[in-house]
Amino acid sequence: MLLRAENLGKHFGGVSALQGVDLAFAQGAVHAVIGPNGAGKTTLLNLLSGVYRPDTGAIFLEARNLAGSAPHQFAAAGIGRTFQNLQVFFNMSALENVMTGRWRLERAGLAATLARAPSLARAERACRAAAERLLEEVGLARWADARADSLPYGALKRLEIARALAAEPCLLLLDEPAAGLNPSETREIDELIRRIAARGTTVVLVEHNMKLVMGVAGHVVVLDYGRKLADGEPRAVSQDPRVIEAYLGSEACST
Amino acid sequence: MDCSAAARLNGSRKPLLLLAALVAALPLALPNNYTYEIAILVGLNAIACVGLNLLIGYAGQISLGHAGFFGLGAYGSAILAARYGWPALASMPAAVVGVGVLAWAIGRPILRLKGHALAMATLGFGIIVAIVLATEDRLTGGPDGMAVPPLAAFVSGEKAWYWIVAAALIAAVALAQNLIDSPRGRALRALHGSEVAAAALGIDAPRHKLSVFVISALFAAAAGALSAHYAGFITPGKASFLHSIELVTMVVFGGMASTLGAVAGAAVLTTLPHLLTVFKDYEMVLLGAVMMLTMIFMPRGLVPTLEGVLAAARGKPR
Repeated sequence: MLLRAENLGKHFGGVSALQGVDLAFAQGAVHAVIGPNGAGKTTLLNLLSGVYRPDTGAIFLEARNLAGSAPHQFAAAGIGRTFQNLQVFFNMSALENVMTGRWRLERAGLAATLARAPSLARAERACRAAAERLLEEVGLARWADARADSLPYGALKRLEIARALAAEPCLLLLDEPAAGLNPSETREIDELIRRIAARGTTVVLVEHNMKLVMGVAGHVVVLDYGRKLADGEPRAVSQDPRVIEAYLGSEACST
Repeated sequence: MDCSAAARLNGSRKPLLLLAALVAALPLALPNNYTYEIAILVGLNAIACVGLNLLIGYAGQISLGHAGFFGLGAYGSAILAARYGWPALASMPAAVVGVGVLAWAIGRPILRLKGHALAMATLGFGIIVAIVLATEDRLTGGPDGMAVPPLAAFVSGEKAWYWIVAAALIAAVALAQNLIDSPRGRALRALHGSEVAAAALGIDAPRHKLSVFVISALFAAAAGALSAHYAGFITPGKASFLHSIELVTMVVFGGMASTLGAVAGAAVLTTLPHLLTVFKDYEMVLLGAVMMLTMIFMPRGLVPTLEGVLAAARGKPR
């Protein structure tokens, strides 16, 4: 298992957002986390990327327990993510956004930076080339030098994915990558996720769009009221009566 | 493709070359010692502003106490030279390093906090420095100020100082441009853009905020130390809250996240009071008005706005 979480719990004041959640994500597959609004999906993603510290439990990336580490340490360990409400660097160009994504792979001491050492100039050229390739891959090559705040919404979603990919993460967390997108844009995201997974990057997807989830995910975790309701293959999960009840209400289930 | 990439790489060198040409040509337009003096004051403020712009314009952190670092650099070097007989060439670097250590010590706890903590803490720091400089009269001469030994016996006169300050300014701009145009520079801008996204890419926010805070304090201290030895006399006014606000106004007016903007802001706002001597008593009002008008009519600041106009004229969308 690439990532394993045990007894994960988080509460805000008196509200328990997540409680006793155990999960395991295998390497190289697409996993989805679904559940009704307020089920704790984004809380889970924030715990797995270190934005929140868990109140209980452990998060193992391979053998290493990351629980309690700072968010930048999660990133350094190889966990990348995107955000439900966009967190693009609007003060930079699209290309610079992606170049910033390569931070984890770059080593630039302060002295070498201030003196602009030749090795740094070479590394910068390589970084730029890699970022240009990634922009091409997500279909944003023509926006490379445009300021990020001039890009349309759908492009910004893909820019965030390109930026996260630039760090070459072993685990990529996508928080509602298709939210607010039209069907054709959603299809592009669908294809992009498949390509990412095909290259061996493990993807964890939080998504409302059931069609997208059922199409790309090989493994689905269902959350409801902060607890894990079900866990398994998409088809089996979608037929689980508890899942149907959580989504449609118990009356729909009994009739 | 190769061609445009090369042009873009050269782009980062352009401001430096432009400034160097300007600085080299400027003496042709300076008729007397008084104008040289203003040019030197511009250069000294510009060095502090280039550093402050790294903090405010690029990393998005506000300091309202940078005159404190400027003043400590000035007094540190002055005291070592006048009271302890150090040569200025040793007292200046020692004072600058000392200010750097101090900035690190006060920045470390503050920069772990979010939001306006840095603005409030640096505001308090600046005020404390000004009070200490005014009251420790045994060392600093108190509110009356103190005499400062010259840089070296062979350096005298406005023209020599012009070239010293010019060289220091070019060096400051080169260092700042190198920092900005690097992974570390992008990390700083990322902190400004979205701290949570920066952290999700592995950028250690407190560490990088602290490092740019110290760098900007070093720039201010260097400008302060140079100004003390240039003027030959310093007063606590250089460390005052008013001077801190002047520096911030220069950065905002010139254009945040633009190194040339910081220099232009320093140039305009240092020169203006000398041109409009009738307004001498209203300097604070003038600063306030400049700040308000900048925010209303060109929120991006002078140089970025002009660049935008030029680019639009050339038909290149920005």
